Amino acid sequence: MARNTIIPSQVVIEQRKRVGIQLETVTNVSGTDFPGNYPDEDHAWDVIKFAENFKVEFHTLAPWDASFSLIGLDASVANAFRRILIAEIPSLAIEWCFVNNNTSIIQDEVLAARLGLVPFTGNRVGLLDFLKWYKKPAEGEEKVEGTDYNTVVLDLQIECTHNKDAARNERDPLKKYNNAHVYARDIKFIPFGRQAEHFSGENAIRPTNPDILLAKLRPGQVIDIQMHAIKGVGSDHAKFSPVATASYRLLPTIDILRPILGQDAVKFKKCFPAGVIGLETVTKKEAAQKGSGYEGHEGEKKAVVFDAMKDTVSRECLRHEEFNKKGEEKVKLGRVRDHFIFSVESVGQWNSDEMFLESIRHLRTKCESLKADLADLKMKGT
Amino acid sequence: MAPNKSTEEPVAAPASSQEDETMEEDVALQEADAANPAIYNLGDSRIQLLPGGDEFNTSFEFQKEDHTLGNALRYIIMKNPEVDFCGYSIPHPSEALMNIRIQTFPPYTAQEALNKGFEDLIALCDVVADTFTTERNAFAANQESQMQT
Repeated sequence: MARNTIIPSQVVIEQRKRVGIQLETVTNVSGTDFPGNYPDEDHAWDVIKFAENFKVEFHTLAPWDASFSLIGLDASVANAFRRILIAEIPSLAIEWCFVNNNTSIIQDEVLAARLGLVPFTGNRVGLLDFLKWYKKPAEGEEKVEGTDYNTVVLDLQIECTHNKDAARNERDPLKKYNNAHVYARDIKFIPFGRQAEHFSGENAIRPTNPDILLAKLRPGQVIDIQMHAIKGVGSDHAKFSPVATASYRLLPTIDILRPILGQDAVKFKKCFPAGVIGLETVTKKEAAQKGSGYEGHEGEKKAVVFDAMKDTVSRECLRHEEFNKKGEEKVKLGRVRDHFIFSVESVGQWNSDEMFLESIRHLRTKCESLKADLADLKMKGT
Repeated sequence: MAPNKSTEEPVAAPASSQEDETMEEDVALQEADAANPAIYNLGDSRIQLLPGGDEFNTSFEFQKEDHTLGNALRYIIMKNPEVDFCGYSIPHPSEALMNIRIQTFPPYTAQEALNKGFEDLIALCDVVADTFTTERNAFAANQESQMQT
């Protein structure tokens, strides 16, 4: 390609990756790592180079909550993973409600919509491998009977009654009546066919959060609903989304350009969330160094960056003259364009880390299936 | 395991007394997986050429794709030095269609660029998955040993 390939220095590369954050504006927002952007530099795609530079760092790892950094990726790819997590990874949710009786104050359709949004959990293998897709009937077609491998039957039967044991002057409805509140835990799973093999005992299909309030009842009111849950994807309805949140943010950077000392340092620290800025004492050695800005300040407090990752980039420090005087800026805020701090919170059917791996697999299968489609390309309309 | 991977190897049904029954069940399972929106490659091709242009300046129309693949593919195709221009668009939000425009330097064709784009994206996914798994395992092991001490 290029006659003599120039390799830019590490400093230059780091600089190009920096998104600048000023008081009211952002700068250097889009990536420039494309061939032809810089004369004689090689920016062609190379897996080996990518593999060398790509890094993953874990911050938290729990079944329902994972946080990790992907470093060395482009926003378009990170965003693809995020979008797949939200909209394309399947999960189980209630799709049909058969209302046998509902004399509660909450209307059938409203209650049905609430039930649909209740997240469920259960045996991982059963949910992910055993359960298959239920083919939804097209418009006008009749609903096909579900089977044990594509439909989960759930039941909600509850009646509110007077509590005979309650004190006469009891005012609390929860004590005065039985079943005054209907919670997600009142939904019962009814296994049929081979479902009992996968979902029994502690592996049963159950609401992830048992304390979701579904309805309130008074004596004499009854709810009797049978529900069918199927697998679906978030792009069809948000209730099928397997994540509570799947988001990323770019790593913040804080560069202190000139020393921030004494009372200013204390004030500077207050401009940031706890743990971002720390105070240290100016040492004798620093004070002796000419041109460092520390001369004659031995023993005073100075502001240092402890952990920029905790910063929310509120830009508060830029609002104060003492830190952001034109021409004498003491601080420079920024973000690293290729450092994505992901946060993935599963809602119960996947482990967060497994789910992220699934999103990668998903993008891969997409590419493979479309690559196969290239074999017989046709002009549209022919 | 991914539910969308099971087309190739449908989950073995528990031992059934009759062979025919298992066979029928397998077919039913495969049909059920065809309803999986994550599996598309069973039907017709989802990519079509749009009229106008030539083999070096081509617009491709993708069915049932959106920004998820569009932007990622655009990025990886733009990383190809043989490509002069690449862009994607969603012509209308209520149609599940995504268009990709590729212009290349002859003799390299746009279709070659698209094919390489898919290959590169697959390679990228593999690297990300590998690194992620290694780091995850290391972190989990570390977490466990800290819990024990």
